[in-house]
Amino acid sequence: MSELFGVPTQALFGQLLIGLINGSFYALLSLGLAVIFGLLNIINFAHGAQYMMGAFCAWFLLHKLGLNYWWALVIAPVAVGATGMVIERLMLSRLYKLDHIYGLLLTFGLALIIQGLFRHEFGSTGLPYAMPKALEGGQNLGFMFLPNYRAWVIVASITICLGTWLMIEKTKLGSYLRAATENPQLTQAFGVNVPRMVTLTYGFGVGLAALAGVMAAPIYSVNPLMGEHLIIVVFAVVVIGGMGSIMGSIITGFVLGLVEGFTKVFYPEASNTVIFIIMAIVLMIRPAGLFGTQK
Amino acid sequence: MTGWWWGRVPVHQRIAFLAMAAFFLAAPAVIYPVFLMKVMCFALFASAFNLLLGYVGLLSFGHAMFLGMAGYTAAHAAKVWGLTPELAILAGTAVSCALGFLSGLIAIRRQGIYFAMITLALAQMVYFFCVQVPFTHGEDGIQAVPRGRLFGLIDLTDVGAMYATVFVIFISGFLLIYRIIHSPFGQVLKAIRENEARAKSVGYDTDRYKLLAYVLSAALSGLAGATNAMVFQLAALNAVHWTMSGEVVLMTLVGGLGTVFGPVVGALVVLAMENYLAQLGAWVTIAQGVIFVVCVLTFRRGIVGELGRFLKKSL
Repeated sequence: MSELFGVPTQALFGQLLIGLINGSFYALLSLGLAVIFGLLNIINFAHGAQYMMGAFCAWFLLHKLGLNYWWALVIAPVAVGATGMVIERLMLSRLYKLDHIYGLLLTFGLALIIQGLFRHEFGSTGLPYAMPKALEGGQNLGFMFLPNYRAWVIVASITICLGTWLMIEKTKLGSYLRAATENPQLTQAFGVNVPRMVTLTYGFGVGLAALAGVMAAPIYSVNPLMGEHLIIVVFAVVVIGGMGSIMGSIITGFVLGLVEGFTKVFYPEASNTVIFIIMAIVLMIRPAGLFGTQK
Repeated sequence: MTGWWWGRVPVHQRIAFLAMAAFFLAAPAVIYPVFLMKVMCFALFASAFNLLLGYVGLLSFGHAMFLGMAGYTAAHAAKVWGLTPELAILAGTAVSCALGFLSGLIAIRRQGIYFAMITLALAQMVYFFCVQVPFTHGEDGIQAVPRGRLFGLIDLTDVGAMYATVFVIFISGFLLIYRIIHSPFGQVLKAIRENEARAKSVGYDTDRYKLLAYVLSAALSGLAGATNAMVFQLAALNAVHWTMSGEVVLMTLVGGLGTVFGPVVGALVVLAMENYLAQLGAWVTIAQGVIFVVCVLTFRRGIVGELGRFLKKSL
């Protein structure tokens, strides 16, 4: 048995893999939060609940309609994203003129309602979701065993994150989005339908959360409370990264997942709190966040 | 109560205050006293929270950490160290005060929704701390905390004596908050709420004012939490959980942000609803969520805020 830093390499790489998986979810969720915040100036507290809805949606598709994982990857984000757009049109759109904290309070209330309804319907124990057939098994890399599904999650989330970044930074549509983020009135004056863009952006951010939920379903059990703690960690990730930059939130998500994995190996007692401690340190040194710009 | 500053309280606020005090004195005749003691503890908690949100404009989503840590400290002090109840409560308040200072130093570095996210994250850290350290007894909590004898004399196992103690603590805390809001210090806080850059430009060190307000709010929340732990003879994890932080926001919002009496009314309404729906499990959460959404969309002034607008008085 070989060792690295006095820890068996199997255990070390195993925890780092878990860290990277968690980091994939942090990145996907904080990316969605950052995109929504950029245009709507709202912190979407319901993000964790919408992630959970994505996982439940996948479970429904499999067990009620017989549609497999690959269908769920497409249908769940669209379906949950559509509920998000309805919420934006009916509720959030009334709050844009008010203090930003009202958006936070409203989405907090929505998170309570969604979680309460699912808990009422399904209880607090998780529902199992089978791994897709094509991704069962794994590779022996010599120094560690890499399950195929976990490799897929990491590759898929990096691809989605980079794709989103490219879309926002390099396409025409993305340039409209950036313009509307910078100055909505002026963008509207140039003939861009900003309110529709706001609705679609919220739907897109929510869809990203649901997509993360589908990917999480085979790893964690599908549970009404699965997004509850996660969203608080993602908030800390967002504070550490600063919300100014899309790429910043992606990188911060992955790096903090890895840091958490490392902590689990070397000082497991702090693994739950290490991200919050890093947040405190970053705030003392660089209040705007690592990639942020203070407004 | 008499003397120079009672004279400066507007008549309608004097009436409202006397009505509130009379309610809490008379209500035990018809309402279960333990429930009323809980209402008074949470009314103080919500008032302390409102000091920050309503008068400085800082939304903390982590106030459960002060309520919970003070509860644990008081329970531990009374049960393990054998301190008298007033010293146990004082110890709890002191710990929350210190925690408020430390977390405040970090949190006030950002404003607005960042402040909310940071306080939420810090409170989650405190939650995990409470889950892991042995003295909180994890899921069990600190149970069977002795209420003991107040000042070594008055036996608090008697419901009447306990009720009177909670009443005095609540009224004192409430009056202190009233005094803070209406002091020159409180005027500066309101100036920061309205326009922080302007307050800074006329020479106020706004960070120090915000930190002091945060610490005061934390300490008073701790006072409420420690008293609550003595009433129920229990300190448990639910008091440090983020749902508790959400609950105090809800109480303040329902009662009326930035009103003196709003948090008290809000605490009464929210706790009565929870009591009523308690058997229905998840419906409590759903109802809380619905109230949040309705309040934000259509009822942003809250009960007391709307009442004050109707009467054209500030309550």
